[in-house]
This record gives sequence, C-alpha cells and structure tokens, in this order.
Amino acid sequence: MNKEKYQKLKEIVAVYLPEDVSVNDITEESHFINELNINSANLVDIVLDVEDAFDIMLENEDMDQMQTVKNAVEIIEAKLSNK
Amino acid sequence: MRRVVITGMGVCAPNGIGLDDFSEALQQGKSGVRFQPKLKELQFGCQIAASPLIKEGVKEKYFTPLQLRGLNASGLVYGVMAGVDAWNDAGLSKSIGDSPDWDSGILFGTGILGVDKFREAIYKVDENNVRRLGSTAVMQTMASGISAYLGGILGCGNQVTTNSSACSTGTEGVLMAYDRIVSGNAERMLVGSCSDSGPYVWGGFDAMRILPRKFNDNPEIASRPMSATASGFVPGSGAGAMVLESLESAQQRNAKIYAEVLGGNVNSGGQRGGGTMTAPNNEAVQLCIQKGMQSAGVKSYEIDAINGHLTATIKDATEIDNWSEALQLKGGNFPYINSFKGVIGHCLAAAGSIECVGAILQLTNNRIFGNVNCEDIHPDIADKITLGKVPLKTFSFKANVIAKASFGFGDVNACVFFKRYDD
Repeated sequence: MNKEKYQKLKEIVAVYLPEDVSVNDITEESHFINELNINSANLVDIVLDVEDAFDIMLENEDMDQMQTVKNAVEIIEAKLSNK
Repeated sequence: MRRVVITGMGVCAPNGIGLDDFSEALQQGKSGVRFQPKLKELQFGCQIAASPLIKEGVKEKYFTPLQLRGLNASGLVYGVMAGVDAWNDAGLSKSIGDSPDWDSGILFGTGILGVDKFREAIYKVDENNVRRLGSTAVMQTMASGISAYLGGILGCGNQVTTNSSACSTGTEGVLMAYDRIVSGNAERMLVGSCSDSGPYVWGGFDAMRILPRKFNDNPEIASRPMSATASGFVPGSGAGAMVLESLESAQQRNAKIYAEVLGGNVNSGGQRGGGTMTAPNNEAVQLCIQKGMQSAGVKSYEIDAINGHLTATIKDATEIDNWSEALQLKGGNFPYINSFKGVIGHCLAAAGSIECVGAILQLTNNRIFGNVNCEDIHPDIADKITLGKVPLKTFSFKANVIAKASFGFGDVNACVFFKRYDD
C-alpha cells in the first residue's frame, strides 16, 4: 500500500476520532465504525475531506465499500489511476 | 409546593461576555452597539447592531476541534458559551461514563439557528452539489441544535428541548423550566436562549422599517428605550443562560443561590383587541402581569424594580401604561424601571435570557442598573410615572422582588418574578 497516501488518510481520519481512540490505534486493517468508533455521520465528512485532499470524486458505491482504512486507500489509488 | 432557585448563570452579551464583564458593563452603561461595515456594504437602512465580540481562541475552550470544523452558526456558539458557563458556575460537572444525569434537563430556545450555515447549504444545493453538505448542515440549522449540542457536552438525561416564541423566548423558557422542576419532573434545568448575528437575521426587520436609521455614525446613542426620540430597536444577538434548580437539590449540594424564581405567567393576546402579529393586545399584557403576580404570590407594592421589554420604539409608552394599569401603581408609587436594550440592543430570541441574567445581577450586586439614552424621556411616560423611577445612573439599592417581562411577535407575552433569596 502506498505509504504517502496512507499517511495522508490517517491525518484526515485523526480529526474524527472519539476521545478514547488515539491516532496510534489506526492501522491498515482498522474498521472505521467498529474499531475506530467513528460516528457514522462523520464518515460523510471523511469522504468529503478525502475528495478535497486527493482531488477525486467518490461515488455512492465507493462510500459503501469504504469500510476499513485499507479499503479507502485502495479506492483512492483506483480513482487516481483512472484520472 | 417545590421552591425553585437559580444556582448558576452565564452570558454572552454584546457589551460583555461572562458575568463579571457583563455586570460591569451594565453598571457603567457601556454600550455594545457598533457600526457594522457588512450592513453598510449591503445597503441596509440601519447599519448598526449589537453582537458579542468573541476573542480569538475562546471558542476552542468550549468546542472540540471536530465540532469547530465547518462551524458557522453564531447563535450556537453564543449559546454553548453561555450554557456551559452557567453549568460550571453552578458547580455542576459534565456527566462522565455511560449514564447521563437523569435529573438534569435543558431548555434552550432560539428564533432561528445557524442562518449562515443554512445559507452555505442553500448555495450548494442550488449548484446541484447536495452531496457536499457534510454532516453538520442539519445539526447546526435545526432549531434544537443548541439544546442538542449542550445536551451532548454536559450529558443531560432529562428533557432536552428548544422553545421558540420570538422575543419572549428567553423569559418564557424560565417559566417552562420552573414548571418542570415544580412538577417534580426534573431537579435542575439549564435554561436559556440564543440568537444568531448577521444580515440574514436582521434584514427582515430592516425591511419592516422598524430599525433606527439616523444613527449610523453614532451607534452608542441609537438604542433609546423610553426616550421621546426613540426611533426603533437596534438589532442584537447573543445568549444568556441560567441553571434553575429545586431548593432541596441546591441545599443538598451546598450550591450558591443567586435568587428564587417565584413563578409568573405566559399568555397570548390572540391577535385580537388591538393585538396583531407585531403589536401586543394591551389587555393580554396586563393580564399576563397580573396573573403572573398571582401565581408568584406577589403584591404590586412588593415589586421593587421592573426590567421591561422596552425595545426603543414608539410602543414603550404603551408598555409603561400597561405596567401601570396592571400594577395599579403610578407616579411615585411605581417601581423603578429599566431596559438594558439601551446598551445591548434587542437581542431578539436571546433578549429575555440575557436580560433575566442582568435583572438577577441587580439582586446579587445590590444595584439598580441605570438606563442610557433616555435623558429626554417620552412625555407620555413622564405623565404616568415620576422621573426618578427611570434612573439614568446605576445606584445602590437592595431590591427584594424584581419583575421581568418580554413580549414577542405573534402577540405572545411572558412575565417572571425573581426574589432575593434569604435562608
């Protein structure tokens, strides 16, 4: 997995972590809602931040598939290579 | 019957943020009315307004970095600041762990919330970009956004809701919270109200031509309650908050007690008998005051001071007539009366709660705060009551009972009575 993109995504996600989850808890396998305890409403904001940061546009099906950090990085890479 | 007392207060007012600054400002007659370049740019007739000045870095003390992202709802900011301050002032803490405080509720009113956020959303929607609204458009623009934010920050598990009755919102809220505690449904209620700043809130009033237009170069003398030269209310914004608590609970916690809420009345003139959408039915105003006295167990001669609604329009003299009729007092027997709107403008939905906080500060500071900008008192008011009853300067006075009333569009009225608390 692309380190740079992973790092950038981690920074985006960090803002939405609840108080009892630290940035260090984020791993490639982390599930946004079940493991990082991110409020499902905030997933919408993460998607918008990702779009801005990588200058891509995510479709509804992309959002449905974005369950884990790894899923997200894969979707970002796919979008960027199709540009 | 259960007694209800006030154990905490917070305020975010145009002329002072926090109880110390606000109290000092009222004492000195310091104005929060300022020229607003934005209103000039937009070609408003009235280019002045009264808004709280929030210093850099203050919001960060009340909101998490996540809450601050995309936060564009000024009323919400004022309300959270005043509400959290009142809670802390009462010596209460945020609920920790999985259980909220089931005995504590929130009743925090507003007229309209998050107008600037809503404007952002409208632009995005109209550009076929609804997907870019993000998650905060709803909670910053729903009326109950303010009680919802406070409820989450403090962890309250009793009723958490928002009332809305135009300019009587804040005073009405005190009585609604009082009822909930008297009935035994809550031990304490954080009660308050907030109002957004900005052209989109104030524009409608400018269009109605009820805001002063002659003072754009001289903002501090624009708001002139009870004056012969009053020419409309100065639009304002901000928030006020109080913690109402059962006397038993306050005593158990050894809490400091600012004042007792004796009760009051809320009614409507039904837009009949001279009452309209924008003007009060005088009979209703008088009944509201009289029924309020009955329910509070107060005789008119026991009222030491009135903090009126008195917005600085031609209707101020009518309000004085209504008080005089309702209390059956005039001349030198009439209580002291003041309006804080001379220095804070008309903070709309926030007016009642900010002014209740000011009225109670008079009890705790042993002062009656002076009126500003009414050296030229309206002749109809001078005919009705002795001039000294409209003090132009703050003076020392140990009031025992203070009446506070607010009246709102829709012909709605609220009148509450506060009493000095003695053990």
